[in-house]
Amino acid sequence: MQRIGVFICWCGSNIAATVDVERVSEVIRSEPGVVFSANYQYMCSENGQQLVKNAIKEYNLTAVVIGSCSPRMHEATFRKAAEEAGLNPYMVEIANIREHCSWIHKDREEATEKALVLVRTAIAKVNLDAPLQAGESPVTKRALVIGGGIAGIQAALDIAEAGFEVDIVEKNPTIGGRMAQLDKTFPTLDCSACILTPKMVDCAQNEKIDILSYSEVEEVKGFVGNFSVKIRRKARYVDETKCTGCKVCMEKCPSKKGLNEFNMGLNNRTAIYIPFAQAIPNVAVIDPEQCIKLKTGKCGICQKFCGVGAIDYTMKDEFIERKYGAIVVATGFRPLKPDKFNEYGYADNKDVITSLELERLMNAAGPTDGVLLRPSDGTHPKVITFIQCVGSRDTSGCGKPYCSKICCMYTAKHAMLIREKYPDTEVHVFYIDVRTPGKNYDEFYRRAVEQYGVDYIKGMVGKVYNQNGKLMVQGSNLIDNEQVVIPSDLVVLATAIEPEPSVRKVATLLTASIDTNNFLTESHAKLRPVESPTAGVYLAGVCQGPKDIPETVSQASACAAKVIGLLVKDKLKTNPCIAHPDESMCNGCSQCANVCAYGAITYVDKEFRLGGGKTEVRRVASVNPAVCQGCGACTVTCPSGAMDLSGFSSGQIMSEVEAICKM
Amino acid sequence: MTREEQKENLLRMSGTDVRKCMKCGKCSGRCPAYHEMDIKPHQFVSLLAQGKIEKLLSGKAIWSCLSCMACVERCPRGVAPAAVVEAVRDTVVRMQGANGIRAEDIPPIVDELIPQQLLVSAYRKYNK
Amino acid sequence: MQDVNSGYSPNIVAFCCNWCSYAGADLAGSSRLSYPANVKIIRVPCSCRVNPMFVLKAFQRGADGVILCGCHPGDCHYVTGNYYTRRRMALLFSFLDYLGIERERTRVEWVSAAEGARFSAVMNDFVKTVASLGENKRLTDLRCKEGSDNA
Repeated sequence: MQRIGVFICWCGSNIAATVDVERVSEVIRSEPGVVFSANYQYMCSENGQQLVKNAIKEYNLTAVVIGSCSPRMHEATFRKAAEEAGLNPYMVEIANIREHCSWIHKDREEATEKALVLVRTAIAKVNLDAPLQAGESPVTKRALVIGGGIAGIQAALDIAEAGFEVDIVEKNPTIGGRMAQLDKTFPTLDCSACILTPKMVDCAQNEKIDILSYSEVEEVKGFVGNFSVKIRRKARYVDETKCTGCKVCMEKCPSKKGLNEFNMGLNNRTAIYIPFAQAIPNVAVIDPEQCIKLKTGKCGICQKFCGVGAIDYTMKDEFIERKYGAIVVATGFRPLKPDKFNEYGYADNKDVITSLELERLMNAAGPTDGVLLRPSDGTHPKVITFIQCVGSRDTSGCGKPYCSKICCMYTAKHAMLIREKYPDTEVHVFYIDVRTPGKNYDEFYRRAVEQYGVDYIKGMVGKVYNQNGKLMVQGSNLIDNEQVVIPSDLVVLATAIEPEPSVRKVATLLTASIDTNNFLTESHAKLRPVESPTAGVYLAGVCQGPKDIPETVSQASACAAKVIGLLVKDKLKTNPCIAHPDESMCNGCSQCANVCAYGAITYVDKEFRLGGGKTEVRRVASVNPAVCQGCGACTVTCPSGAMDLSGFSSGQIMSEVEAICKM
Repeated sequence: MTREEQKENLLRMSGTDVRKCMKCGKCSGRCPAYHEMDIKPHQFVSLLAQGKIEKLLSGKAIWSCLSCMACVERCPRGVAPAAVVEAVRDTVVRMQGANGIRAEDIPPIVDELIPQQLLVSAYRKYNK
Repeated sequence: MQDVNSGYSPNIVAFCCNWCSYAGADLAGSSRLSYPANVKIIRVPCSCRVNPMFVLKAFQRGADGVILCGCHPGDCHYVTGNYYTRRRMALLFSFLDYLGIERERTRVEWVSAAEGARFSAVMNDFVKTVASLGENKRLTDLRCKEGSDNA
């Protein structure tokens, strides 16, 4: 039996005006287990807390009930006071007689009766309270960033800045990501490479950052503060430590027909290659699908010409295992392939291109050295038509139901750049809505219209067909209520963006939840936008939802702040109100693990004594206290009733129900 | 019938949710009979959504629509403008008292692969 | 709330999740939006912590109505907890209906931390509905009733 002390707060007149506090504390005094009962004007004040502390010591209280305001307000205060008086802080329960009683009722008799019920309910609960200890788990002071685009780069730089070690795992041979492919960036039109490549170099030179390019995460074990990650380092066939990036191998390689991924397949590259001039690491890689030596065993020219002997055709994938305290997911996006939309004729016409392809065609380091030429015949296009929302806001099945957010702005940028560079070009844009929220964004779009004379047509394109070498773009002009046909030389599709497909595997490895569009889910849409529901996993960039570069960078920095906040701690205090199985009742059925949103439950084989010297090995659930968040979903799912929740045990809630229903 | 009832009726007959329309005009951008129509495909959806039934019923475009279903095929939101056209056409025909086609009118030579809707439309159109 | 004629006043147990509905109830309180004193709130971490046993226990001990409040779908603090609640309670309530406990005596409502007015409105409505049904006698363990002949 507990020795319970009950303390009723007046809260000035907030409670005392409607609830007869004297009567409550008088009546409660005779409840079983109650050895002390008092009321005071302001229980949360210094004096009030002192009253609690003194009573704990004087009457050897083992449990405390405070009848006061909401536990969301002062539970922490009273728990701290109890702890200072030598009582376990989890032996304190609050009866909410202000928000849930005195403030909503007017009748003094009625409110006093209800307050009595609420205090009795709290007594019923505290009777079954057990002292709880907040556990501790150590923190590995190293972070992992998955994805080396601008999001991953920014997060890594910020974390390294705070003095922690960071590894960037990038599946491509170089970091840089999609931003490296862009020509200019809106709304300021500064050159993408000029602002990105210095950051890439910073990453390479920062001794706290380890870039694991051409690598993929294979396995993740552990939990917040203690992740253990297996990383596959794909065979590059070039020794990273020896290669100097001199590119002699690229000049000599006879296999020249590989599609250049960096240029969206608009030109070719050799089998041994460096993706682009400013690649980090500036080290060659061999495409095993294309290399003659690796496919047939005959060739070996690059090895012959390599001055430092970096080429090794026998290289195999390697696995490394590292420990991390926190993980940032920044896997990014890819543009949707528009070949399913046959109305736009992307698959049939070379001169129907996507926006990212146009980006490469306009880039000085692109396949045309920055001169805008048609892919089909290499002539200057005179009429260019842009089509927006290709695959975005599409619920018909081929596309994506969401707005890709960046297309309105980059199309305005393209239109503006083309009119600037080639003023004799006619530019039309078919749009459904122009969405330009953001600082200087709408001004930017209006500039394209007002200053550069880009023709915006409200309406969608119904079909694109080839007539005597001209691309006929047929669409509606809803403002003029007309159907128009625009003979064009080049058609640019503003394709939707979708999360990089590899994110599914990453999400599964991390038990991070993912939505129907393959975007990773944040912990709270408004208040925890960069945390994954899985503790210790953070989200940056488009893997969480469509966003532009400034937003991506902000989110990456926010992630870094969260990671730093975690890594500066030597130990993590864990919430002790978590689930725990009664192993004698658990039959290892896995139902609890299936409902756990955090992957906190695993199974272990344990030996149990059966009596008579016999033992039995059974599979039982085991809850990781560092990962469990204490929601209680498993407790209700458990068919044998083995799972229970500390601080909110089934017995406690049952007795609360009984206390309320006692008539 | 009140206008509200007529609207309900048209919505039921067409079986399409006009509220899904996001006013992109792709249907009218694709329509091969666009220039023949006084009410354009996207306007059928919009007029029905607004309940402007008299305007719908007095239009001539229902007789120009080919029922080729290109608008349905191209709609990114799963709206079926052709179904609205069809519903309006049905309503007009019924109001004229020429209710539907008689089975015995269908020549036995018609290929069974011809879509039902095409038959129905054609008879309504040419059998007045 | 008390019936003037019979003096009957229903007893209602409300389970509120700590993150949304309990905070919504707090907001109702601090906004002084009244609802009948018949409603007594039990705080649970998440609506999915509510075991069907708790609901059965309440009716066994003579409760006249039970209401569960959680975060709005998609807003659950624990990501998916309220979806479990929704499915579990749909099953339980139809079972209770079969046993003769009217559907109107049981309810699941989503109330966010910002919806004090909604919390009060929901509770007012629920108490009114339950009061109109009269006392719940099904499932009640008469031994638990003080002053009853079987006691």
